Amino acid sequence: MSTYAKKQGFGATLWDYLTTVDHKKIAILYLIAGGVFFVLGGLEAMFIRIQLAIPNNDFVSAGFYNEILTMHGTTMIFLAAMPLVFAMMNAVVPLQIGARDVAFPFLNSLGFWLFFFGGLFLNLSWFMGGAPDAGWTSYASLSLHSPGHGVDFYILGLQISGLGTLIAGINFLATIINMRTPGMTYMRMPLFTWSTFVVSALILFAFPPLTVGLVLLMFDRMFGSNFFDVAAGGNTIIWEHLFWIFGHPEVYILILPAFGIFSEILATFSRKRLFGYSSMVFATVLIGFLGFMVWAHHMFTVGLGPIANAIFAVATMAIAVPTGIKIFNWLLTMWGGSVKFTVPMLYAVAFIPSFTMGGVTGIMNAVAPADYIFHDTYFVVAHFHYVIVGGVVFGLLAGVTFYWPKMFGTMLNETLGKISFWTFLIGFHLTFFIQHFLGLMGMPRRIFTFLDNQGLNTGNMISTVGAFFMAFAVIVLVINIIITSVKNVKVGNDPWGDGRTLEWAISSPPPYYNFKQLPLVRGLDAYWVEKMDGKTEMTPAEPLGDIHMPNSSILPLTTSLGLFVAAFGALYNMDDDKTWTVPVIIIGLLITLGSMLIRSIKDDHGYHIHKEELTDDHDKGVKA
Amino acid sequence: MVNERLNSANPSFDLKYRRKKNAEEMKHQVITFAMMIFFTLIAFAAVGFDFSKWFIKPVILLLAVVQVIFQLYYFMHMKHKGHNTIALFLFSGLAVGLLTVLTFLTIVWW
Ligand code: HEM
Ligand SMILES: [Cu+2]
Repeated sequence: MSTYAKKQGFGATLWDYLTTVDHKKIAILYLIAGGVFFVLGGLEAMFIRIQLAIPNNDFVSAGFYNEILTMHGTTMIFLAAMPLVFAMMNAVVPLQIGARDVAFPFLNSLGFWLFFFGGLFLNLSWFMGGAPDAGWTSYASLSLHSPGHGVDFYILGLQISGLGTLIAGINFLATIINMRTPGMTYMRMPLFTWSTFVVSALILFAFPPLTVGLVLLMFDRMFGSNFFDVAAGGNTIIWEHLFWIFGHPEVYILILPAFGIFSEILATFSRKRLFGYSSMVFATVLIGFLGFMVWAHHMFTVGLGPIANAIFAVATMAIAVPTGIKIFNWLLTMWGGSVKFTVPMLYAVAFIPSFTMGGVTGIMNAVAPADYIFHDTYFVVAHFHYVIVGGVVFGLLAGVTFYWPKMFGTMLNETLGKISFWTFLIGFHLTFFIQHFLGLMGMPRRIFTFLDNQGLNTGNMISTVGAFFMAFAVIVLVINIIITSVKNVKVGNDPWGDGRTLEWAISSPPPYYNFKQLPLVRGLDAYWVEKMDGKTEMTPAEPLGDIHMPNSSILPLTTSLGLFVAAFGALYNMDDDKTWTVPVIIIGLLITLGSMLIRSIKDDHGYHIHKEELTDDHDKGVKA
Repeated sequence: MVNERLNSANPSFDLKYRRKKNAEEMKHQVITFAMMIFFTLIAFAAVGFDFSKWFIKPVILLLAVVQVIFQLYYFMHMKHKGHNTIALFLFSGLAVGLLTVLTFLTIVWW
């Protein structure tokens, strides 16, 4: 096995990562891919803010602005936030529940590669005739009339990467239901695992509506059907419903893992058990359920009628209740704790007021009559950036810093981390706070420029300055990562010193089989329980025995690659002058189906690490 | 699940117990199977006898729902222990799906 080798060349390492089915390596793949897309989306954001810095600006043209704006939103949600969330889940959840891997390691890898090729496909649109330009919501009334192939890239790219997301979600459900170590009951699961569980269920139910919507849109654009074409008897509102039935749960898919990460961080650095654990679990589950009953709050101004608007307004406001429960529990976790302000903790503390402000404007938006004023203005832009940046991005930055040692065995520099934190926090509020007022003054969202002398100049300038602060913070973070990786100072099991959950009981990074012997969990915060009993290790729940491991495989990559190739054929198929499209579709599908066939007929039982090998190397893994 | 005690230390006890269980199980399956056939006959008869469509449609839908429940609980063993999580996810999915259908019926198409 390649994983045995300590030192290996670049080619071998690359091959190792291309074929890996190890959740820890897949986490790193998600982190790298998500990080690259995050920087790309950030670059697009900078172009947006430069264009809007001064009135009547002509930094970019109107058409190009639409493309940048669309790709910023789509990239950030689907290709940056989602994979970064999956990076955290993959790195942490199997360790937190005391498992040796996820339930389906092969599918885990397949999920990643589908996401990756979907994202790559979407972004190749820049070089192949123009990016999608109908907004990240791609409302059918607009996207059906978008010329060129931009929107087709959106449809096919999201279809492929959405498949990967669905697979990953199902995998985590199976993992958390079946792979918990002895003693790890549901009500002893760490909150990050709980939020992963709920989020995976949301993915399971929320992504199919998107898939259906994208298929219908694809038929409308590529095969001349009329599901959404009003002139031909279709109904454009159906797309909006399908999109938001997916879209609202999607925003909770992003925020719940951040909630989970903050719950871990706040308990760890307050050196106190999370306040109100069971109410936190209850609130997480309730948010998951309610998240499916509120989507029409994005459509108040469509004209659904007063009864529908009232029902959805009340349902939306109801979500604030479990969210409020969480906020108070976090505050009470810190209350009376011996708080240590590390970088992750700083993010966590800053998150609470920032996110709450986003929640408050959310409730304002939920008041349907008032939303007639807010809708499609910068007020909404301010709202969702407060929840997404102040919640999700803070959560991811905190999570990456917190779990960096567990993923790579090194600690990020605290001073550089604090510089990043402060500039990011200041930049974030500078950029988005003022946008509330720009919106209330009537500045519509999704416009490529504004006129002079409308009172919008100062606000937009301030917003742009803030964006540069955030860009600076991200650059410092990247420098921090580079310095840390070059120095490569290895740390021990529990580098923060106050780890509470199972992942901190094993080495950083863990050996490829995670736990030599599955650990016995004796309570909530399993590792903390042992520490309080004066132990330094977990009690094993099983005798030392052979460990069954899955084999690496290149098939997930080739399966996804085939769809990627076929998508090009499908995309250009509607152009009459291109005759090569059908062969390309066939070749692509043959690659995919061939890979699936090989996977089905070739017996792959994995391999065993023998007991003797485990007893030999003491440094490889701490005894569980 | 019923088969969980397959490798108990006392095989003869286990065998007797399982025989009885299996016979019971078989009885249930035969009864539900007969009822499902009967329901299908009713459905065909309702259409065949040309009743009002306001009668036929609800009746057929109701019979269909009952058949699905039989299918899941008797033939796919969901009545056995250890299926709580499956039931939870099944019914959550159903709730989400029905909510969507309900909204589409009320505010999109009518
Ligand atoms: C207390 C909780 C929340 C409430 C009551 C709420 C309410 C709303 C409402 C009513 C809108 C529609 C505004 C309009 O278009 O006129 C909206 C938009 C939005 N919200 Fe929230 N929200 C909440 C939390 C969140 C969270 C946690 C996220 C994401 C992490 C989020 C992300 C968004 C996004 C992305 C949009 C804009 C979508 C678009 O039109 O492009 N919201 N929110
Ligand atoms: Cu929403």
